[in-house]
Amino acid sequence: MIGGGFGGASCARLIKSEDRDIAVTLIEANSTYIACPFSNAVIAGLRQLEQQKFGYDRVRAAGIDVVHRKVTAVDTKQRTVRLEDGKQLAYDRLVVAPGVELRFDAIPGYNEAAAELLPHAWKAGEQTLLLRRQLEAMKDGGVVVMSAPANPFRCPPGPYERASLIAHYLKTHKPRSKLILLDAKDAFSKQKLFEAAWKELYPGLIEWVSLSSGGNVTRVETDTRTFVTEFGSHVADVGNVIPPQRAAAVAALAGVADQTGWCPVDPVSFESTLQPGVHVIGDAIIAGGMPKSAFSANSQARVCATAVVDLLRERTPATPKLINTCYSLVAPDYGISIAGVYQPANGLLTDVPGAGGVSPLDAPKSVRVQESTYAEAWFKTITHSVFG
Amino acid sequence: MNRLMHTLVAATLVVAPGLTSAASPPGAASCLGCHTVAVDGGPVPALGSFTAEQMVTAMQAFRSGSRSATVMNRIAKGFSDEEIKAIADWYARRKSK
Ligand SMILES: Cc1cc2nc3c(=O)[nH]c(=O)nc-3n(C[C@H](O)[C@H](O)[C@H](O)COP(=O)(O)OP(=O)(O)OC[C@H]3O[C@@H](n4cnc5c(N)ncnc54)[C@H](O)[C@@H]3O)c2cc1C
Repeated sequence: MIGGGFGGASCARLIKSEDRDIAVTLIEANSTYIACPFSNAVIAGLRQLEQQKFGYDRVRAAGIDVVHRKVTAVDTKQRTVRLEDGKQLAYDRLVVAPGVELRFDAIPGYNEAAAELLPHAWKAGEQTLLLRRQLEAMKDGGVVVMSAPANPFRCPPGPYERASLIAHYLKTHKPRSKLILLDAKDAFSKQKLFEAAWKELYPGLIEWVSLSSGGNVTRVETDTRTFVTEFGSHVADVGNVIPPQRAAAVAALAGVADQTGWCPVDPVSFESTLQPGVHVIGDAIIAGGMPKSAFSANSQARVCATAVVDLLRERTPATPKLINTCYSLVAPDYGISIAGVYQPANGLLTDVPGAGGVSPLDAPKSVRVQESTYAEAWFKTITHSVFG
Repeated sequence: MNRLMHTLVAATLVVAPGLTSAASPPGAASCLGCHTVAVDGGPVPALGSFTAEQMVTAMQAFRSGSRSATVMNRIAKGFSDEEIKAIADWYARRKSK
């Protein structure tokens, strides 16, 4: 198993719990996992980064060999994985769950060094704290500029949840400030719900600029914190660039990523359509209708684990159904959700017609409060099932 | 006794040469994204606290809209009667493990 996030760590545990005779090795670069869900609340000062951190003791206790090293090469012919220290591991089946890589070649001016001034905060950790500190240091009346990428990317509602919670912070602490969200799209996840909530909770504070109104960022200038778009430029006091993404580098090393940068898989077994014997789950895959979320990664991990055990035992994997539910907080006590049910069709995970959708637009306040409670409960349950 | 029987059944399934998957019914695994089986005191009900019949009744009511919900109504619409029954039976069996 390469990658010990929401996808990989769950999949490793589930394989082991389904069949104790299968030897499972989890290779994860970091000894502490820092979860992205709820990291927007950390940015807004509503939560501590410590609450996002998880270790691998319980994964080890489940009988899994956990190795904290980076994978530097995969040989799918010899069925071996090479680690950064030169060590080689052999496998019968390999699962790759590496998450995403931020593309520092996509927006001119935005590279790793630029991210120290204009944080992406799209991988939780030091970047999350950097953005939070910048917001805390900003004067009242300042301008926060964010940019969101075109689809597909990790956590489709994430940029809008972030804009909401930053607006909550600004309204509470720096009410004369403003947030501009430059978007490379004309539509986004839970859009009507977000826009209605922004009008209600943060009137005049958030300005969303769609692709067709000039939202596409063509260049950034770090020294002046300037976002250049097709229609003009925006100077930020605090800038947050969420760059385009692709499957993390190891996917390309293993030959499971295609020219899009993402990984095509069989939707029944999550086996790569490019490399037999290698399965891919989570953010890295081309999942059809399923969004790149921790919930999806976990649902896929469960199905993939059973398929891997089936295939190792020479059984045919059964056709699955998968669910995704993503909560977003618009304010600490205001939650909204999107849900979907998916099944394999035409080689992809496809929406089951008539199912899923978003929270009602006209729901009373009590429902928003209830959904914010469910959001927290979800995070507790899922992190406990993966790492606890 | 009950526990022993389940272990034996599981062991037979593993060694039996056959082609049937050991998978849970379609959709069942995803329930555990939000729900636990054992009661944990959180706001989301534990699946182990229901009988199979209760779960079927609840899912059908969510699906038809006769029972209000935040998200379960949207999810239940993705499952047929047979699928709901299979999931409910599967969780009822797991609970007794
Ligand atoms: C701001 C934000 C908010 C979000 N909110 C939500 C939410 O509310 N709900 C939700 O469901 N999702 C949310 N997400 C999305 C969620 O974080 C991802 O979808 C999820 O983490 C994907 O899981 P994964 O296992 O595919 O990848 P990851 O969790 O990224 O795990 C991949 C792991 O692989 C390891 N790895 C990569 N390459 C190598 C290598 N070469 N060698 C060894 N290890 C390697 C990495 O270190 C990493 O630990 C949010 C994301 C963001 C950014």
